[in-house]
Amino acid sequence: MKIALFITCLVDGLFPDVGKATVRLLERLGHQVDVPLDQTCCGQMHLNTGYSREARPMVRNFAEAFAGYDAIVAPSGSCVGSVRHQHPAVAHRMGDEALAARVDDVSRRVYELSEFLVDVLGVEDVGARFPHRVTYHPTCHSLRLLRVEDKPLRLLRAVRGLDLVELPDADQCCGFGGTFALKNADVSTAMLADKMTNILATDAEVITAGDSSCLMHIGGGLSRLRSGVRPVHLAEILAAT
Amino acid sequence: MTTFLGLPTAPAGVGHLSSGRPFPDAARAALTDSQLRGNLGHATSTIRTKRARAVAEVPDWAQLRAAGAAIKDDVLANLDRYLLQLEEQVTARGGTVHWARDAGEANAIVTRLVQASGAREVVKVKSMATQEIGLNEALESAGIAAWETDLAELIVQLGKDAPSHILVPAIHRNRTEIRDIFVREMAAAGRPAPDGLTDDPAALAEAARLHLREKFLSARVAISGANFAVAETGTLAVVESEGNGRMCLTLPRTLITVMGIEKLVPTWRDLEVFLQLLPRSSTAERMNPYTSMWTGVTPGDGPSDFHLVLLDNGRTATLADPDGRSALRCIRCSACLNVCPVYERTGGHAYGSVYPGPIGAVLSPQLTGVAANKSLPYASSLCGACYDVCPVAIDIPTMLVHLRERVVDAGRPRALPSPERIAMAAAAWTMAKPSRWRRVLRLGRWGRPVVRRRILPPPVSTWAAARDLPMPPKQTFRDWWKDRG
Repeated sequence: MKIALFITCLVDGLFPDVGKATVRLLERLGHQVDVPLDQTCCGQMHLNTGYSREARPMVRNFAEAFAGYDAIVAPSGSCVGSVRHQHPAVAHRMGDEALAARVDDVSRRVYELSEFLVDVLGVEDVGARFPHRVTYHPTCHSLRLLRVEDKPLRLLRAVRGLDLVELPDADQCCGFGGTFALKNADVSTAMLADKMTNILATDAEVITAGDSSCLMHIGGGLSRLRSGVRPVHLAEILAAT
Repeated sequence: MTTFLGLPTAPAGVGHLSSGRPFPDAARAALTDSQLRGNLGHATSTIRTKRARAVAEVPDWAQLRAAGAAIKDDVLANLDRYLLQLEEQVTARGGTVHWARDAGEANAIVTRLVQASGAREVVKVKSMATQEIGLNEALESAGIAAWETDLAELIVQLGKDAPSHILVPAIHRNRTEIRDIFVREMAAAGRPAPDGLTDDPAALAEAARLHLREKFLSARVAISGANFAVAETGTLAVVESEGNGRMCLTLPRTLITVMGIEKLVPTWRDLEVFLQLLPRSSTAERMNPYTSMWTGVTPGDGPSDFHLVLLDNGRTATLADPDGRSALRCIRCSACLNVCPVYERTGGHAYGSVYPGPIGAVLSPQLTGVAANKSLPYASSLCGACYDVCPVAIDIPTMLVHLRERVVDAGRPRALPSPERIAMAAAAWTMAKPSRWRRVLRLGRWGRPVVRRRILPPPVSTWAAARDLPMPPKQTFRDWWKDRG
């Protein structure tokens, strides 16, 4: 199986450890991973803010950069959601049939990390060890767009030493929402405040999730509170030994 | 994309579909009201839990939901035919049908009908359509008093307030506030509140009952909306919990119903689907307590004069938008409001429309055109909770994104692009070519001292007002990958 890592622009530029962890994890499971360096950004921010015209070159570039792989894996539910649910619609509206066909083909091969591990590789115990008290926030696009269901929890339950505590009102949005956090900063912060209250109620040392963007928002709030709770991406926990 | 622009949208200046105030500003004001946050948080989380339980009881909910969506799509695809069928049936059974292009026309028709009856006051059944067109204000300016008889609408009206929820218009009020409103305002509107009224729910209900009973017994004209109209027989249906609607629908001599043109169902068999979907989604009840249905007029039984006003007010324009028309499937259950994390924190007034919450964020701009409601499509984190609970499967998140495109596209012809548009174009230019992105990525390191010293330009400063920024790494992922060889 020819596997490509879709790093996501946020992980590439701001959270490289998440990308490294994803590579190490997949290699430890016996797979060779390729990182196509022509990848840039999936255009989710543009698409979700109403700039679909501007996102067109990114949709095209994505399909070109990832052509020819059996599986394209990303440590992000929302970026995978955008490629899977938005790219085909954008490509079809562009009226370039060859491109639309390529986008349809590529977007079908894109997987969020927990989906890839559980559904494609068929593993739940990835051989990780992470002796900490952890709570898990299911990010909205993983939960409702990709329907990853309890796959991340099944992976976490198999991690040695990990004390998994349930997050109250876990399915409530953290308030990030991309440019929503800037355009409606006050509502976003109010939602974040309630999410943090629930996280602190668990007494967890670590808050984990499958999206660096939501974790950047939650972690930024927890850091401002000097709470001591660390945001750690699911990939980093699964890569830990 | 431009085919629908020629059709008339709901006119500005009449009715309640847009306040003109941007959502973020109104939301900021609402967020500082801790009483409101408390009332809303409690009410929405209670009803959310009850709804989930009521829906989980139905083994074929997914199929019912698909059927509801399919029936409404059929109605929308054949609306011309069904509307004429409805008109024919209502007329054949002794009713009169009026066609209103917009809020102004509907208000004028209703005012004329009330004046012709000689009545100086009317009783009203809870209705979104008449709130949408601002009918009460129109009647008042013609010297006609319109009394709301739904308990929550009565609280809103007496409090000189605006509804903040589709189903529970006074959700922003607690019972102490309601008691104060009754004591202060009931006397001027009719029978005063009983002496020594407490905030006990039973006492408040009794005060409202006594006050409203006088209205029911003296009113000669009633005005209602409609939850459904059955095209094959011309039957109208109103579902409610209190029975006050039924008083209005049966006691007065004249009944005027104002109904959006999308509220049709083709047959009685179709109605069966919605009478299961609606109560479980809205009040979390297996069946609503009162379902009133009437077909034209029946001599010696109920109103002898029945008028149906069919309201467009931007609905045809919505129907012409292929990516937006499914908003017209909405049956006003308000399940999406109760699960929305944004609505839960801001309440309904921040949306500036009688249709708040996720459905309001799509429906209001569809009806008015995006220019009059530019900020509403952005009043969502796109979490998707609304789509999951919608009993007619309206994909609200996708529609919000579509409306954001319409907002952005409407701003394109301007000579000076907004700072946002410049930033988006710059980011898109960078991301269009891998070589450009590589170079910009390397610059990220220079962000380290900026983050450390916290000298931040907007919009980063907006972010940093409540959240610390992540420290940019010394090495990007791709540089690590290349070093690794």
